[in-house]
Amino acid sequence: MKRSFLKAAAVATLLLALVADAMAADTVEIKIGYLRRAEQRPAISLLDVAAPDAGLAGAELAIADNNTTGRFLNQKYSITGVKLGPGEDPAAAVQKLGGEGISLVVTDLPADALLKAADAGRAHGMLFFNAGAADDALRGEDCRADVIHVSPSRAMLADGLAQYLVWKQWLKWVLISGSHPEDKLFAAALKRSAKRFGAKVVDEKVFEDKGGARQTDSGLAQVQRQIPLFTQGLPEYDVLLAADENAVFAAYLPYRTKAARPVAGSAGLMPASWDASMEQWGARQLQNRFVKMFSRRMQPLDMQAWTAVRMIGEAVTRTKSADARRIGGYIRGPSFELAAFKGRALTVRPWDLQLRQPVLLSDGKNVVSISPQHGFLHPVSELDTLGYDKPETKCVLK
Amino acid sequence: MRIEMTQGNGGAEVRAGWCTGQSVQPLTLPLSPWERGRLNGPQRNFWRPFSHTKSACGFGHFRRQSRQAGIAEKDRMRGCTLRSGHLPLVFAAAAMLAVAAQPALAYEAYVSNEKDNTVSVIDTDKLEVVKTIRVGQRPRGIGMTKDGKSVIVAVGDSNTIQIIDAKTKEITGRLPSGIDPEFFSFDPAGKTLYVANENDNTVTVINMETRRQEGSIQVGVEPEGMTVSPDGKTVICTSETSNMAHFIDAKTREIVANTLVGARPRFAAFKRNGSELWVSSEVGGTVSVIDPVKHKVKKTITFEVPGLRREAIQPVGLDITRDGKTVFVSLGPANRVAVVDGHTYEVRKYLLVGQRVWHGAFTPDEKYLLVTNGLSNDVSVIDVARLKVIKSIQVGREPWGVAIEAQE
Repeated sequence: MKRSFLKAAAVATLLLALVADAMAADTVEIKIGYLRRAEQRPAISLLDVAAPDAGLAGAELAIADNNTTGRFLNQKYSITGVKLGPGEDPAAAVQKLGGEGISLVVTDLPADALLKAADAGRAHGMLFFNAGAADDALRGEDCRADVIHVSPSRAMLADGLAQYLVWKQWLKWVLISGSHPEDKLFAAALKRSAKRFGAKVVDEKVFEDKGGARQTDSGLAQVQRQIPLFTQGLPEYDVLLAADENAVFAAYLPYRTKAARPVAGSAGLMPASWDASMEQWGARQLQNRFVKMFSRRMQPLDMQAWTAVRMIGEAVTRTKSADARRIGGYIRGPSFELAAFKGRALTVRPWDLQLRQPVLLSDGKNVVSISPQHGFLHPVSELDTLGYDKPETKCVLK
Repeated sequence: MRIEMTQGNGGAEVRAGWCTGQSVQPLTLPLSPWERGRLNGPQRNFWRPFSHTKSACGFGHFRRQSRQAGIAEKDRMRGCTLRSGHLPLVFAAAAMLAVAAQPALAYEAYVSNEKDNTVSVIDTDKLEVVKTIRVGQRPRGIGMTKDGKSVIVAVGDSNTIQIIDAKTKEITGRLPSGIDPEFFSFDPAGKTLYVANENDNTVTVINMETRRQEGSIQVGVEPEGMTVSPDGKTVICTSETSNMAHFIDAKTREIVANTLVGARPRFAAFKRNGSELWVSSEVGGTVSVIDPVKHKVKKTITFEVPGLRREAIQPVGLDITRDGKTVFVSLGPANRVAVVDGHTYEVRKYLLVGQRVWHGAFTPDEKYLLVTNGLSNDVSVIDVARLKVIKSIQVGREPWGVAIEAQE
């Protein structure tokens, strides 16, 4: 027994040596494109200003992780980052990536640009991984069979937050939304969540974006006076929800409202796919790797891009193929699952190709809680209590 | 979505269901230790007099003396007299003895408490904590040296492995483990220690005699599980993000094979005869049985607990009996230990334990299996022959691993 084992080990070593020789020829190359939006995401706090490599850094870390695994499996991953110029047509960028033989593309694009890119990618048999757009329409009426959504949708984020507020028994909400279209979508998602989980929006207000600089030298004194005025005269409420995706006012709300009530949504307690302070379920190792490589903390967009590239790595490893169609088929299928430091396997909803995932609730410093909350049940997966469930979907995959 | 919340005596009972057409399902909350105590009530009552009777016989502290005097435990028990005051207890004890022919021997189990920075010492005869040792930051992996003289514990946030003297319970030294050690394994001779360093994708090799690093091996992303084949020739490391078991030649320290398993492989264990390698995949929810010669998965074991979502079943610790007939699989947040037939791979039973059960260790006589429950801060004691949980012992916060004297 021992001898035969030794023999087998020797044979295996020999084989490995042979394989190493033949490696140059047999290595599977997986080229991934990363398509980025032109616009810088706005921020009120200096701490929230996006890094120049926001998102892309996460993808690069996942490439490194995939290559560490790939060393043992003769796989080599690489990434080509493309940043769109202002007003630039994403279709042209997609053509260029297609010309380089890239058929797997991770995107950080707004919804309309993503749809244009997906249309252009069809000719190249491309598979897209949406890491940057939270629009529910992309998972609903505008869904595509070749666009997999890694970013949580607005409905998922809103549901994650709502479950926690309901668990806290903070059931009376005041909703302040910004005047941008995205703010209205997020506000609508929050209202949908209130209805689903039994909270009540007792009043709504709109905070108009009148333009202008965000922080100015003497701005603080003004804000201190403006916000109490803006939030006075509201009915009695438990929590103030802000829908402000363009960073116009939400970060000014905490500690400045007329009533002493907490803030949630776009400021205060915020739902997200990731948090720079997350360290549960082995996340510390990922955080350490990220900081070592990029000298900054890992943000939600970085995590979404990391997850997208890891999804590709996982599918390549399991299917032993770099073919976009096979990879897409595997990811959409029932065997796909990804470990992504969320305490459970992440899988893909077959009805709208949304990645199932827990939603983290962060106070900007720590993870306060992780939804789905205990007690919110579902017959298939508790993760499906977040976002649009199968019976509710408007998606018809084409 | 409908939600009803009622506040009862023992905490909140939550009932919730979906507005999408499904009926409202009642929710089963994980049991608190107190509730489990109640659930295990008859067994506990059954057990207590037994323990009392034993101590009346001076079972615990005589052990060491009798060991020194060379008296076999069986003989010592025979000479044991019972006082009349204990008569009501004798029947219970006799009943117990009828089930388990021989009483457990007293060993010391060492439990690492990740959150408390302590190690709890449990007397496996009294089944209670007899001492708590302060150690470095974030103790997790814990093991006993083959000579039984020391316990070593990986204190990840202190970036070292500390050595505890088993007799004095004092920390006597440290090992150069590399950054953030979490888990390790000895070779069968006890001379070499293999440490998984999650942060830099390496396995560190430490010579236990010189207490120096002998080298390191590059493996996949986030190495975690470590074990060595019974013949000492193959070192196994599982990497959590690469989803692989790496087969490393102990002599050349080269990786000779990689076997893909389910997502986030946490733990690896060989059958005593080396015929099979078992690997648990926490996120995949499976256990892979691997042929260590062919490096192929020959069976993937899945688990199903009625009333639990698949995603709550997260296998971590594996404890295989010496005869290879029974494998205990700790299922994490499922709050259960699965009992798997080592030959047919059928799940025979699920034992309800504490919350987030992780790692375990047998007493050397294989009478008991102790498993750590990270979220309920206790250790469940499983009677291996009867496949029953007989006690839970409160330890420090977030118990992680457990080490008992090495089995012969």
